[in-house]
Amino acid sequence: MPGTVEAPPKRKREVIDKAVIRFCGDSGDGMQITGSQFTNTVALYGNDLATFPDYPAEIRAPAGTLPGVSGFQVHFASSDVYTPGDSVDALVAMNPAALKMNLSDLRKSGILIVNLDSFKENDLRKAQIKVSPLEDHSLDGYRLFAVELTKLTRAALKDTGLDAKSMDRCKNFFALGMCYWLYNRPMDSTLRWIEDKFGKKPQLAQANRLALQAGYSYCEATEAFQVSYEIPPAKLTPGVYRNISGNTALAMGFVAASQKANIPLFLGSYPITPASDILHELSMYKDFGVITFQAEDEIAAVTSAIGAAYTGALGITTTSGPGMALKTEAIGLAIAVELPLVVCDIQRGGPSTGLPTKTEQADLLQALFGRNSEAPVPVLAASTPGDCFWIALEASRIALKYMVPVIVLSDGYLANGAEPWRIPEVADLPDIPVLFETNPDDFQPYRRNPETLARPWAIPGTPGLEHRLGGLEKQDVTGNVNYEPLNHEHMVKTRAAKVEAVAQDIPEVVPEGDAEGDLAIVAWGSTHGSITAAVNAQRARGRKIGHIHLRYLNPLSRNLGAVLKRYKKVLVPEMNMGQLLMVLRAKYLIDARGLNKIQGKPFKQEEIENKIKEMISGDSR
Amino acid sequence: MTTATLPVYTKKDFQTDQEVRWCPGCGDYAILSAVQQVFAELQIPREKFVVVSGIGCSSRFPYYMNTFGFHTIHGRAPAIATGIKVTRPDLEVWVATGDGDSLSIGGNHTIHMLRRNVGIKVLMFNNRIYGLTKGQYSPTSELGKKTKSTPFGTTDRPFNPISLAIGSEATFVARSVDVFQSHLKDTLKKAAAHKGSAYVEILQNCNIFNDGAWENLTEKDARSEHIVQLEHGKPLIFGKNRDKGIRMNGLDLEVVTLSNGITEKDILVHDEKFPRAAYAFLLAHMEHRENFPTPIGVLRAWENQPRYEDLIANQIHEVQAKCGKGDLAKLLRTGDTWEVRA
Repeated sequence: MPGTVEAPPKRKREVIDKAVIRFCGDSGDGMQITGSQFTNTVALYGNDLATFPDYPAEIRAPAGTLPGVSGFQVHFASSDVYTPGDSVDALVAMNPAALKMNLSDLRKSGILIVNLDSFKENDLRKAQIKVSPLEDHSLDGYRLFAVELTKLTRAALKDTGLDAKSMDRCKNFFALGMCYWLYNRPMDSTLRWIEDKFGKKPQLAQANRLALQAGYSYCEATEAFQVSYEIPPAKLTPGVYRNISGNTALAMGFVAASQKANIPLFLGSYPITPASDILHELSMYKDFGVITFQAEDEIAAVTSAIGAAYTGALGITTTSGPGMALKTEAIGLAIAVELPLVVCDIQRGGPSTGLPTKTEQADLLQALFGRNSEAPVPVLAASTPGDCFWIALEASRIALKYMVPVIVLSDGYLANGAEPWRIPEVADLPDIPVLFETNPDDFQPYRRNPETLARPWAIPGTPGLEHRLGGLEKQDVTGNVNYEPLNHEHMVKTRAAKVEAVAQDIPEVVPEGDAEGDLAIVAWGSTHGSITAAVNAQRARGRKIGHIHLRYLNPLSRNLGAVLKRYKKVLVPEMNMGQLLMVLRAKYLIDARGLNKIQGKPFKQEEIENKIKEMISGDSR
Repeated sequence: MTTATLPVYTKKDFQTDQEVRWCPGCGDYAILSAVQQVFAELQIPREKFVVVSGIGCSSRFPYYMNTFGFHTIHGRAPAIATGIKVTRPDLEVWVATGDGDSLSIGGNHTIHMLRRNVGIKVLMFNNRIYGLTKGQYSPTSELGKKTKSTPFGTTDRPFNPISLAIGSEATFVARSVDVFQSHLKDTLKKAAAHKGSAYVEILQNCNIFNDGAWENLTEKDARSEHIVQLEHGKPLIFGKNRDKGIRMNGLDLEVVTLSNGITEKDILVHDEKFPRAAYAFLLAHMEHRENFPTPIGVLRAWENQPRYEDLIANQIHEVQAKCGKGDLAKLLRTGDTWEVRA
């Protein structure tokens, strides 16, 4: 109606159950920080969530190129979240390379925010794109918002006195501010973070603050977005929560174990992706008396931990697959001298250097069998980032009780992924009893506890207990070097029996879902989330499925074989070529089938669901 | 604990009931005897000693020492010993190793232990051969040496272990010889007294695979001509008639005869505490030079260097003094937290 002035229509706020957002850009664009800030904010709001940081192995590949693309995905919801999400509802792409690498995961009619200023000819060339996707209608199926992120950020920061380059570094926070508006999230947690991070550089603090607020106000003012979204808090078990990544959880779990066992914690480690954060984390805990030793190599890392364990400390070492390979001989020594040790393998794609920053589960057989001779050890696997805390405690308990090295398997996805974690009360954590031998009367270094078969922990400095340990075969009880054939057989069987004895000390498996039925899904490690989501969805459609997620891969739970017989079929999804599958088939003589993905990426829920359908209905598609 | 309560030990207290299984005539017997004797004299409670070894003939050593002992894996003794020493700085940690174990497979751990100055004493038995695997050349074997694995002679240039240790910033470097019992014991006592890493090369004869490896130094007639004994504050004089000496000439050393106006005053006076490594390098490299004697004794005793285990302990104490001891409940709640109510 010409001549009349109307107030702009009040924009719609839709309440939805869940959303998946992915920030992607150049590895210099600060996408990991942006993603973790968004994560913290939605966590504090009370949503359940799962994250998937995905970054290149190169620290800074040439800016704007395809190999330099870094991403961070957050799935947050008002109900339980098990995976970072199969497809993305909102994609923030800071440059054409990021758009090209990530667009296929954006769902149809999903929100797409791109930095219009980074789609110039040069940017397109670096991303090996001939025609700008902003012009060729290839983005027609999405809700595209091409925003001049660089220009708008510079305008917002024009009075800060920063140079253009420094201003441009803040554009990720402009985008973050937009997303906070889009999902109706408060900015205070990020504002607090900016204060902490840049407190000593007020100019940078001011710039980041301005960029964040400018992004938020931009959405508010321009009406670019007609709809914003509201995702109510999830109904989590009451308690105090924090966000936790797998590596942080492992580090804290070991501190807790050392406190509960009342012995010092020693970490020997050599930097390796994706395990290094455990070293970084533990190196901060000097107030707990934690000794972190950045060794000259992987071998010194594990052997120093064995030396520390020899003196009565909780000795641990952390690494990834290539480092595991180097530690092999030393783990054999710990088996032979029967000292407690925890070895953490944060798996990544292999073989050799492989995919340092991508996830995989292909070190299971290495953990189970990758040593010379008969050398079994208990092997445990964490299933979620928060579970890493409990696995660290449990691995320590077993190592100390049975005087045996224990291997903990995590992976890059758990290590860097985060989830809300209910903080346990310290008083509720189990005590880990440790008894050092002190009595010199008739002391024998290999006299065993009849129940656990553990030998006494007789540490240097204890009068009257001087004795010799070594990698040579020894006589049981006395520990004297002994090459007799029957003694060797006895010792091999005793070391194996000691590990088997752990089976009496761990819970039986209880399937999630149906206790019997058409299909058992047996899995381990970080596949827990996508399998749970898939099983829930398929059970809702009436299919009878049980999900057995193994925390103990050696020894296996004593009832596992019996439980598997209650299902018509058994499926073993793994991010490898079928390693647990091989173990289960060999041990239980069952015709289990595998679902195997070796792409450096976790399973999507859909991939598991498709396999479930195929297995149950016999439909090969 | 006061010294008054210390038991008085004899060498026998450090012997075990295990049958010693080195070849008859092996130089290791003499070294074992010297170490047992020295340990008995150190006035340290026996349970404080930990002897760690790797693999090789020399690495059987812990089985024959009545202390805490750990026979580990090839080359790794310094790393295991480091784990022991940093968690329990009160222990006396000794490593028994050989030229293969310490300089070949364990070379990396050796140099890093030395540069960190961990308070570990290393006894490196150098017989210039692999004995336990029956006669292959070692990283200290002379260039061209014919061995089982080098029938046409080695093509490897050897390490000078002393030079390597000095180059690794070792704070105590010494050399002795298996058959020089009193010199060996004296050197071991000095190593024991040093605060920090001590690397002692012990020239040792393998009478089976490399007999006479050090003959030119140990033969009664030849020894005084081929060896110069380093004594702190004393001139570098050697020779049967003590008529030869080492003197500085520019930036180098030269061998001179004490005659024709050259007197003791012109001869270099040994200073094991000299802070620059260059001097110790000059001494270390004498053994490769024509007409120069091989030095034995303490080449370098660089004092008052911080020990690794102390630096680690101090950091922990400082943080605990400043922030108090760690509180697990607080640790678990670091960062942003939120409460979900029922």
